[in-house]
Amino acid sequence: MNVLAHVGRVFLAFLGVTGRLAIFTGDALSHCLRPPIYWLLILKQILRIGYFSLPVVGLTAFFTGAVLCLQIYVGGNRYGAESFVPQIVVLGITRELGPVIAGLMVAGRVAAAIAAEIGTMRVTEQIDALTTLSTNPVKYLVTPRLIAAVVSMPILVAIADSIGVFGGYIVAVNSLNFNGAVYLKNTANFVTQGDVTSGLVKAAVFGFIIALMGCYNGFNSKGGAQGVGAATTNAVVSASILILGANYILTSVFFTK
Amino acid sequence: MNGVAKIEMKGVTKRFGPKIVLDGIDLTVHRADSLVIIGGSGSGKSVTIKCVLGILRPDAGSIKVDGDEVTRLNGAKRDAYLRKFGMLFQGGALFDSLPVWENVAFGLIQGRGVSRAHAHDIAVEKLAKVGLGAEVANLSPAELSGGMQKRVGLARAIAADPEIIFFDEPTTGLDPIMADVINDLIASTVRDLGVTAVSITHDMASARKISNRIAMLYKGKIIWDGATEDIDHSGNPHVDQFIRGSAEGPIKMEVRR
Repeated sequence: MNVLAHVGRVFLAFLGVTGRLAIFTGDALSHCLRPPIYWLLILKQILRIGYFSLPVVGLTAFFTGAVLCLQIYVGGNRYGAESFVPQIVVLGITRELGPVIAGLMVAGRVAAAIAAEIGTMRVTEQIDALTTLSTNPVKYLVTPRLIAAVVSMPILVAIADSIGVFGGYIVAVNSLNFNGAVYLKNTANFVTQGDVTSGLVKAAVFGFIIALMGCYNGFNSKGGAQGVGAATTNAVVSASILILGANYILTSVFFTK
Repeated sequence: MNGVAKIEMKGVTKRFGPKIVLDGIDLTVHRADSLVIIGGSGSGKSVTIKCVLGILRPDAGSIKVDGDEVTRLNGAKRDAYLRKFGMLFQGGALFDSLPVWENVAFGLIQGRGVSRAHAHDIAVEKLAKVGLGAEVANLSPAELSGGMQKRVGLARAIAADPEIIFFDEPTTGLDPIMADVINDLIASTVRDLGVTAVSITHDMASARKISNRIAMLYKGKIIWDGATEDIDHSGNPHVDQFIRGSAEGPIKMEVRR
């Protein structure tokens, strides 16, 4: 009996969270269309979410491209398939690793920052203060972050794609004795528009997940410093898991026909 | 009194899970009254105010402001309704991402669409009213002492010329002299602006100084309500114990020995 009760409680809690999250998402989305729209806040958030993530996303993309190139070369060597390195690197980066690695890095950086900021505003009554100043807190805090993340992530991933391919190129030319011109020509001839756009669509979805998880967990944080800490952790963990889950679903939608 | 009461609460009930916080509050506040609600920690003082502001929704009962039912307001109507109010939060609840003047002018810029330049002038003028110079305007809230933060919070509460101001524990956490300065400020603000004020506090010196009426909240009910000068002979043992600040009496604190 006790086990059943426990399972029931967990299931009910899960349904509760899903429902609350759906209402929260609907509320935030409806504010995207209703004026006033806080353009200045959106720009500020694009700067924080997109621009300031460039160094960390660029570095991870570079090393990911480099290590991918090395592994494919070593693995391909067993079958005499080394010449496929540029094609597989560009495919892996644009379709999967670019968006996923950038998504996870931005989740760690941005979802945490959003959850901590909004969570602190919650526990210090700043969100209640917004309400008493006739300002809808969802419109003022959540909607700009959602829009900014959905706009920034594809741009970030486009840059990460380029840097990732460049990382592979550097390794191929400098330590694996590829001809640079041939490497680039093979890359450019092989990659299709669909490879890149599918990655950018994924990036937009990941951006949405990141901002939503940061805002939702921040908004619902309770208590004091400990509550904000828990909200931050939950934001990063849930954003990361949802990104990986959504990535699988999107891949199966895009590439299995 | 002009006939209609400014705020009229009837049978307001609010529970959090199994815990009943408000158990049928009946309270009327007349125009230009300065009412102080006293009561122990956790007696539901803050919840009462948050119900009037619509931050929390009561489970049952009616709240009328200027004769209009307000418990079910939504969207634009709610924003318009909230323009009647100013609120001084316990911890100040200043927005730490904005400089002091933008905090004070926030309701004007966001809620009423006043231009930033004009709002800045109003902010400086309101800061002067609470005894802060123009040099404070460009500081960040984190650079201010607790007393100064309270004053900025007060300036923000009066910035948009509200009809009703709520003060949540205005003197908590201040030294006795600064507490008295804040009390004087509140008393003169209420007198000069002719607003209706509702304060919650457990500081009896503050309550006597800023109020003309006092109501005592105990176990989710208003157990005494009368003129400030009558508080010393209320004939209510709960009130007597509270104003004496004695551990002996009908109010038992839940302390394990």
